[in-house]
Amino acid sequence: MSTNKVIQVDGLTKMFGDFTAVNAITFDVKKGEIFGFLGANGAGKTTAMKMLIGISNPTSGKANVAGFDVFTNAEDIKKNIGYMSQKFALYDDLTVKENITFFGGIYGLSRSKIKEKSNALIEDLGLETVANQLVGSLPLGWKQKISFSVALLHDPKIVFLDEPTGGVDPITRRQFWEMIYKAANQGTTVFVTTHYMDEAEYCDRVSIMVNGKIEALDTPKNLKTQFKAANMNDVFLKLARG
Amino acid sequence: MNRFIGFIKKEFYHIFRDRRSLFILFGMPIAQILLFGFAITNEINNVDIAIFDHSKDATTKEIINKISASKYFSIKQMVTHEADIASVFEKGHVKAVLNFEKDFSKNLIKDHKATVQIITDATDPNTANTISNYVNAILQQYQKELNKDITIAYQIVPETRMVYNPELKSVFMFVPGVMTIILMLVSAMMTSISITREKELGTMEILLVSPLKPIQVIIGKVFPYIFLSIINAIVIVVLSIFIFNMPVQGSMLLLALESVLFIISALALGILISTISATQQTAMMISLMGLMLPVILLSGFIFPISSMPLPLQLISNIIPAKWFIIIIKGIMLKGVGIEFIWKETLILVGMTVFFIALSVRKYKIRLE
Amino acid sequence: MSITIQHISKSFKDVVALKDVSFEVKEGELFGLIGPDGAGKTTLFRILTTLLIANEGTATVAGFDVINDYKSIRNSVGYMPGKFSLYQDLTIEENLIFFATIFGTTIEKNYDLIKDIYIQIEPFKNRRAGKLSGGMKQKLALCCALIHKPKVLFLDEPTTGVDPVSRKEFWDMLKRLQKKGITILVSTPYMDEAELCDRIAFIQDGKILEIDTPEAIVKHYPKPMYNIRSNNMYQLINSLKAYEHQHSVYPFGEFVHYTDNRLDFNPKELMLYLESKNLSEISIQITQPTIEDTFMELAK
Repeated sequence: MSTNKVIQVDGLTKMFGDFTAVNAITFDVKKGEIFGFLGANGAGKTTAMKMLIGISNPTSGKANVAGFDVFTNAEDIKKNIGYMSQKFALYDDLTVKENITFFGGIYGLSRSKIKEKSNALIEDLGLETVANQLVGSLPLGWKQKISFSVALLHDPKIVFLDEPTGGVDPITRRQFWEMIYKAANQGTTVFVTTHYMDEAEYCDRVSIMVNGKIEALDTPKNLKTQFKAANMNDVFLKLARG
Repeated sequence: MNRFIGFIKKEFYHIFRDRRSLFILFGMPIAQILLFGFAITNEINNVDIAIFDHSKDATTKEIINKISASKYFSIKQMVTHEADIASVFEKGHVKAVLNFEKDFSKNLIKDHKATVQIITDATDPNTANTISNYVNAILQQYQKELNKDITIAYQIVPETRMVYNPELKSVFMFVPGVMTIILMLVSAMMTSISITREKELGTMEILLVSPLKPIQVIIGKVFPYIFLSIINAIVIVVLSIFIFNMPVQGSMLLLALESVLFIISALALGILISTISATQQTAMMISLMGLMLPVILLSGFIFPISSMPLPLQLISNIIPAKWFIIIIKGIMLKGVGIEFIWKETLILVGMTVFFIALSVRKYKIRLE
Repeated sequence: MSITIQHISKSFKDVVALKDVSFEVKEGELFGLIGPDGAGKTTLFRILTTLLIANEGTATVAGFDVINDYKSIRNSVGYMPGKFSLYQDLTIEENLIFFATIFGTTIEKNYDLIKDIYIQIEPFKNRRAGKLSGGMKQKLALCCALIHKPKVLFLDEPTTGVDPVSRKEFWDMLKRLQKKGITILVSTPYMDEAELCDRIAFIQDGKILEIDTPEAIVKHYPKPMYNIRSNNMYQLINSLKAYEHQHSVYPFGEFVHYTDNRLDFNPKELMLYLESKNLSEISIQITQPTIEDTFMELAK
């Protein structure tokens, strides 16, 4: 396996009874790449991502994530990836510090390592004044920034982001993307699922899923040229409407 | 009126589509009645007993043989000293001790009357009760045989003494208790959950921003549960009559009316709970902790109120279930009419009116 | 005026949700309330739909006072709260019939109003709402809000969590409803939806930042805007942020939107600076500021 491809997917398929949720998708993601995984509700993105992060068994096909096979080494995959979802990221009833300590703990970081990481994180995000406040009392944008940092706590090779920035104000959203650029620049691969098309524009490459299949895969720029569209939203509309 | 009917129709859709809740709703009373009914069984088998025979004559020997020959009892030991009675109980070897008085035979022949004391361990009150009934039956049988060809009847007087729980309550006590619990649960918990569910879903906002009046929403919410609770009450009564041969001595109509009254008071409580809880989970917790526990513990269903400490006795007075249990016990077991329970009924009416008024007042026409 | 809002303030305990908010919505207007989560949009909607009482200020909807005439308002507005409040265990048709009955009307009576939308979900009318996709729920929720032919329609984040295709269709529907004379107040966190409104109000932290037509708002942007691109996005952002004359630096898709704080800004100078930072394939081009740029400038 080539070392610079951290995700390799070949003909990955998931069936639920007669229904094919993910239909033989094939793609690669390079190290340090920001890869956008797009699709409408119900197109199969979530199902595909669940297979990649090792919590759902594929029906057929091959997939290798962070150097491990999704069929045989799902547990090793989990140790080498970070995950952040908009629905659940942090415990609202724990403080910022307690959340960091907890998540560091479940990824097996040592006590001293957690302390070091947690101080660095708090300083990076400028959270000194709220480090001992309950996460529930913080604005949404802060929570998202913290949970992204927490997902990176154990230096994963790949971080999976499930619709990370919905509803955040535009400035915070950009700060969030700057954090993503930083992580990618340091060699972490970023895999983002979203149906917000403006988020797609930030990615190095995007794939668009329609009815379980990947219908397009390229850089946003090339896709816009290919579909003669002004922005990714129009690309998406053209694809989805056939 | 159309609005109102539309609302009720919707409520019934919710109820009938939620198969799991529906199953619990109707399965629960049946399960509870059967559980309580069979746990309080009337059958006993090979119960260990001890005998303290002061007299040791032919008659007592004969009686002891009869008892020992029955499949119900096995004689575990013979006690020789009065003081040992307590210790056999304490060691838990036996459930009952038969204490034959001195000169049993002699007394029987001379006075045509002799006494045997049946001492039972009433920590398990139902078994204790059953044991004493069975011993009585055996004694009576023996007496009959004895009196066959005698003109003046000999009489053996069994004196029952129950130790550890002298205030043994009726076996049928559980039916009024279970009925009260079920009606409370269905009415209060289900209503409060169904209202808070709308809050959680956000549909309450739309209902508020509609021309529906608060009273229409409230009545629309409770109506289906009045209906369901009545069905439940009927199921419970029918089950207890036909499976456990529980007598309903009093008027069925009165029983039905009193039940409806109690259901309405429970529904009002349910609405009250829904006004103070934002989620279904809180509503359920409040219903369980705030209503169910007092109903089970303080209503006199399990623990007799008269043996509670005074503060708890006072608290029990504000629990509607207490009054309802007194009322239905009166109707079902004693067969009394309204003339004996009007006071309790009046208290229940007062409580119901108070809860309804409070819940209508508390029901918000806005959020917050 | 269909909606008037005057000096409305609202606090929850010590959290200020709305601070001295005032604006008006004309009859038949499609008015957008644009702002991120937690800006106070939902609170304002709830005050206007009579669900909350403001601490200060007054408001009228369709000529009725939100406090004194709340019953009249409840009869004449349609409200679609966030997260599509539908009965999940009722079918599409049952939901619609229910909402029609509680407003004292029938589907048939107002069918012409919802026809365009309802036709799209009618094939699934016996499916339960809980089993619908986000886009279908959204359409059903709109039908339910419209079924009594309201004069004013309040839509609280109707497009959140819905895919782009459904979002597009939804806005097309709003345009058609507007033509039928319904005043629409819609809130959204998506800046790109702002330009589909007649007028918009930016809201953040409970305060109104600006009210105008989308075109005018963009024109008010005080500085020329530049699109900058290079071979490395992360370093480009860092370099620009470190540049002493920068006024704003925001990533925008494959570009960075840059404004300079000098009046006599010369892009060539910036080009040299970036090259000195070892960046290559640099392009700097003047561009039109977007609504999002304007929002960020105002919120700064």
